[in-house]
Amino acid sequence: MSALGDLRRIKGSTRGSPQKRDNRTALAFLLPWFAGLGLITIGPIVASLVLGFTDYNLIQPPKFNGVDNFTRMLSDERLHQALGVTFTYVMVSVPLQLACALALAMLLDRGLRGLAFYRSAFYLPSLLGSSVAIAVLWRQIFGAEGLVNQLLALVGIEGRGWISDPSTALSTLIVLNVWTFGAPMIIFLAGLRQIPIMYYEAAAVDGASKWIMFWRVTLPLLSPIIFFNLVLQIIHAFQSFTQAFVVSGGSGGPSDSTLFYTLYLYHRGFNSFDMGYASALAWLLLMIIAALTAVNFWAAKYWVFYDD
Amino acid sequence: MTDLTNRLRGSALTDRPSGTAPPPQASRRRRWSVGWTRSAVKHLSLCLLALVMLYPVLWMVVSSLRPNNEIFRRPGLVLESLQTQNYADGWEALASPFGHYLFNSAIVVLGCIIGNLVSCSMAAYAFARLEFTGKRMWFAIMLGTIMLPIHVIIVPQYIFFSQLDWINTFLPLIVPKLLATDAFFVFLMVQFIRGLPRELDEAARIDGCGHWRIFLQIILPLMKPALATTVIFTFIWTWNDFFSQLIYLTDPDLYTVPVALRSFVDSTVATSWGSMFAMSVVSLMPVFLAFLLGQRYLVKGIATTGGK
Repeated sequence: MSALGDLRRIKGSTRGSPQKRDNRTALAFLLPWFAGLGLITIGPIVASLVLGFTDYNLIQPPKFNGVDNFTRMLSDERLHQALGVTFTYVMVSVPLQLACALALAMLLDRGLRGLAFYRSAFYLPSLLGSSVAIAVLWRQIFGAEGLVNQLLALVGIEGRGWISDPSTALSTLIVLNVWTFGAPMIIFLAGLRQIPIMYYEAAAVDGASKWIMFWRVTLPLLSPIIFFNLVLQIIHAFQSFTQAFVVSGGSGGPSDSTLFYTLYLYHRGFNSFDMGYASALAWLLLMIIAALTAVNFWAAKYWVFYDD
Repeated sequence: MTDLTNRLRGSALTDRPSGTAPPPQASRRRRWSVGWTRSAVKHLSLCLLALVMLYPVLWMVVSSLRPNNEIFRRPGLVLESLQTQNYADGWEALASPFGHYLFNSAIVVLGCIIGNLVSCSMAAYAFARLEFTGKRMWFAIMLGTIMLPIHVIIVPQYIFFSQLDWINTFLPLIVPKLLATDAFFVFLMVQFIRGLPRELDEAARIDGCGHWRIFLQIILPLMKPALATTVIFTFIWTWNDFFSQLIYLTDPDLYTVPVALRSFVDSTVATSWGSMFAMSVVSLMPVFLAFLLGQRYLVKGIATTGGK
């Protein structure tokens, strides 16, 4: 190995500085990525910051209007509704989803027969959950004469139109998000497998019960993975769009009870072509997600345990 | 083997030092039968849970094969007669036969797969194997873009693409992938390449290979598992993607499967659930097949990088 390294150094030196040569090659390899970063990612972010201070409808050129878009946010009641709906959705569905994922991962851990089968069965909804087809299905299932009410009728309970009732419509979407707990479950399974079995053996020697072991061994050692899942799923839940769009028929109804932030953004930008305000909304979304992630990282100091 | 270790673990947990232990033979048999009952209960409840999880999807498949009026009366899964009329109706329900939308989706998916394979593997090679100025910073930026929601950049991106006259073409969906904007896959491939022994590169370099030949002839063939993971994830995500396809494709002739399905829902509110279910099942089939064929890669991909 070291001989090879020496050889490389010699060979490199005959062709001029290796540092310089790598720079040019790296640029070639990264050319598509740099182009994408500039044109598709950073360019639009900067552009939307500028557009956020304008009034723009795609036809007339953008008109600078100072902080109008941001003062408008303060009095925009549909925006406040959208923020409320989205926060409720994220704060309720993510913890529930992660709790299910962790519980199932604990049940499936180590040496269970048929593990592959169960893992697939629980994971499949994660792959299907974001599709329009499942949203269509949800619309039927929780409809007035849907599957849920048919099943409830079997045990003599009279259901209601879960989706047409503003007080329950959001819950059906929360159920849909919890239903897709398979992906975080697989991450938990991988994490559980990395906890050395000797910790459990040591705890058993000390006479710890399974419950104590869960709280004192599993949870602390798994906390980095829980943290990772939490950050990921919060960001992911903030972006939910398809389900609310299809289930509510595009409106975010009934009476704005499923008006996700992204749905409102879509209405402002691509229905009303109110591009200036939509850009400002996009920036607010970026700020909210960044702030939440920062809070998450800050809070992690107090509960995430790193074993080293 | 795993059963044995499990049982050993179990006995380690229940064995306490005590003077009045029953004869070893009897205790082992009793413990074995207790273990058997417990594992039977566990498997039964897991199977039940898996059934509950998959019930809505199974019921949709069964219902798509029933006469339309039975969908609102039959919560069960027993199929009395096989009725394919829904499929025939659904296939012809929109302006073009459903095959047209499947074809459009297939084009988009194929373009995205090729784009991701080429551009992400090139970027990954640079990050994993080349030394260049500012590498750490660029890598950090790349990681940051994984978390970036598309909603933040969609407004200016839409303006940009509309100025290029790309609205109602597949280009806004495919070109970003050719520019490695799916940073998730760059990261996945970087992780994979880092795991490949560097000696191979060194040996090739001594034989006079440049970076392009090392990349094409040594690294690429060795990273087939990472490429397979990329293909499967790109396939499923693009196939399910609704938001960007809804925004960029407004010409019914260019509709992809999710957009077509959604227009189906809006045009036939609560009249022909049977054919809607049938087309939903058709739209989920490719995802299901990809899941069956690529399970191994999916599970590994999620476990290492935390995808969805």
